[in-house]
Amino acid sequence: MEGMAGRKSTLTWVVNLAALFLVVLWTIPTAGLFVSSFRDRDQIAATGWWKSLTSSQQTAFVRTGNADDQRQDGALYVLDGNVLTEGQELVAWGTSARDPGAYQPGESADVDGATLTVAEDGAYRMESATPFEMRRGERIFVTTSSPPKFTLGNYTRVLTAEGIGRAFMNTLTVTIPATVIPILIAAFAAYALAWMEFPGRALLTAAVVGLLVVPLQVALIPLLRLHNDLNIGKGYLGIWLAHTGFGLPLAIYLLRNYMAGLPREVIESARVDGATEFQIFRKIILPLSFPALASFAIFQFLWVWNDLLVATVFLGNRPEQLVMTGVLRELMGSKGGEWEILATSAFISIAVPLLVFFAMQKYLVRGLLAGSVKGG
Amino acid sequence: MELLLLAVGTIAVGVLGCMAWFWGSNYVLDAILPPRGPNAGDNIRRAGMIRPWLFLGPAILFLGVYLVYPVLNSIWLSLFNGSSTQFVGGDNYAWLAQDAKFRESMINNFFWLLIVPALATLFGLIAAQLTDRIRWGNFGKSLIFMPMAISFVGAGVIWKFIYEYREPGTEQIGLLNAIWQSLGGTAQTWLTLQPWNNFFLMIVLVWIQTGFAMVILSAALRGIPEETIEAAVLDGATPWQIFFKIKVPQILGTIAVVWTTITITVLKVFDIVFVMTNGQWGTQVLANLMYDWMFRGTPDYGRGSAIAIVLMILVLPIMIWNIRNVRKEMR
Repeated sequence: MEGMAGRKSTLTWVVNLAALFLVVLWTIPTAGLFVSSFRDRDQIAATGWWKSLTSSQQTAFVRTGNADDQRQDGALYVLDGNVLTEGQELVAWGTSARDPGAYQPGESADVDGATLTVAEDGAYRMESATPFEMRRGERIFVTTSSPPKFTLGNYTRVLTAEGIGRAFMNTLTVTIPATVIPILIAAFAAYALAWMEFPGRALLTAAVVGLLVVPLQVALIPLLRLHNDLNIGKGYLGIWLAHTGFGLPLAIYLLRNYMAGLPREVIESARVDGATEFQIFRKIILPLSFPALASFAIFQFLWVWNDLLVATVFLGNRPEQLVMTGVLRELMGSKGGEWEILATSAFISIAVPLLVFFAMQKYLVRGLLAGSVKGG
Repeated sequence: MELLLLAVGTIAVGVLGCMAWFWGSNYVLDAILPPRGPNAGDNIRRAGMIRPWLFLGPAILFLGVYLVYPVLNSIWLSLFNGSSTQFVGGDNYAWLAQDAKFRESMINNFFWLLIVPALATLFGLIAAQLTDRIRWGNFGKSLIFMPMAISFVGAGVIWKFIYEYREPGTEQIGLLNAIWQSLGGTAQTWLTLQPWNNFFLMIVLVWIQTGFAMVILSAALRGIPEETIEAAVLDGATPWQIFFKIKVPQILGTIAVVWTTITITVLKVFDIVFVMTNGQWGTQVLANLMYDWMFRGTPDYGRGSAIAIVLMILVLPIMIWNIRNVRKEMR
């Protein structure tokens, strides 16, 4: 029995560790973006984000002043100054490239008959009994460490300048109507498919299931031409209509499945009591279907918010028309070097879906479970 | 600000419009065929035949205009030349058959179809099995599920930080190169490294889709009757045997569903390739190729439509399979 228990606890350990490994693996990419979005632009370009919490060490050299800079201090000729720039800390210093970290801060070294001292705060002082004659300053190798630095500056910059603020509003403007309107249309259709008897019902349901998988790409050219013919052109109206059309099959399918599972007695008894279909729908079906409505709302919200293709095609590519994904794409293309802008913009664009995701995860999972076509 | 007002206004107009249609049409129907009086029975029957179509009307209109019509119209357009002025028959398809980029896209799509659903389902299954057995499982699930909420473009940026390349030997800021270099490798520009760059793009989609597979499969695993597992435990089956011989066979149906659903997503994959390589360095896929023909330079509607139709034909088997399943269920 003891051996069995031992084996079991080992297994538990293995399972826990394996799960931890998977979770970490899946979280690291996003974490990297998150951390990067708070880092200073120089630091992003200098070190990986995983090193952002440790101080970064760098070795470089600075030159002392030359003969022109010397002054007399009693009997001694002196050159002085500071080897550090702001925010750096001196770790070690040296006078030759072969051993750049030979001396500790505060120690002194001999350089061609002069005495060089570098203090902890980076102040150096080179003293000599004879005047300095060199034309170029002496090299001092310094190993410095910069403390981890985090900043909200990227966010202020991106939100105020880079067009992200505008794109954020555009995205909201596209997303909200494109989420609300299909729900309403689909709810009525789903009720008819679930609870009304009429010829062609099965065929219509099958058609909806079939339309679930139609690739969007097929729809782009014909709809763009149709919109042009109808004088809708490129703009919000067009994209709302398009998203409504593309979202409907899933909406109808999800809601129909859910409504079909509602208890028959409730609906029948309401019919016997003389309620009209419209009343049944509004007073009984809609309130009871709330979980399914919420599920679809989340799906559609995430899908529209995250969409790039439909927005590029139906909304146009002028700067003031771009949605967040469009801006991100432009940034990736043109400003490959400006990491801090890219990281921050990306994080702003995924923050809203992530919030929705974590707040409403329950409904999302329910929707997924109901929405994937059940297999044999 | 104006924008938001516009959006709110649209919602109001849209919602009110829909309500007006549904309520108004029902009201009119009841007024014409009142469910009382001498002909009540007849009227109710007749109204019952019309009413479903009132409820379905807007949906059918939208589905027809935004999904059915485009499919038919695309087929039609694919038989015309680039500006849709001249009928060319099967020329566009003949051109596709000999086009090198199209062949490359087909081959890449084939590998996407092979690798992404397989890996996502496999990882999803492992994640489901692992997180179902630990105390912090739900928290772990949330984190693995999280990439589902991230746009493909956002994911592209996220993974750009992982694949980033710096001169070999210098400090790497891309995670993959940093690890690779610390293991003694030479830093690589992963996204131009043919043919492996395709694989690095696929990883992004696997990362996104694993959560979906996990959620569905986890529910299926929980739905397995306890008795079958208890019986296996009593018979002395090891955890591995229980998993592969008892659990997996019982959720094969769900695995198939997950697989096909991810397959559909893969066929339509566009954004990831579009933003990360734009189909260069041998990473072209159908959806991006179609976009190129449609919106780069002078649009060629004929060839663009032909590629779209190829995509449509590729999803057709899954569409039919889905419809058959649903009909079986409804019976």
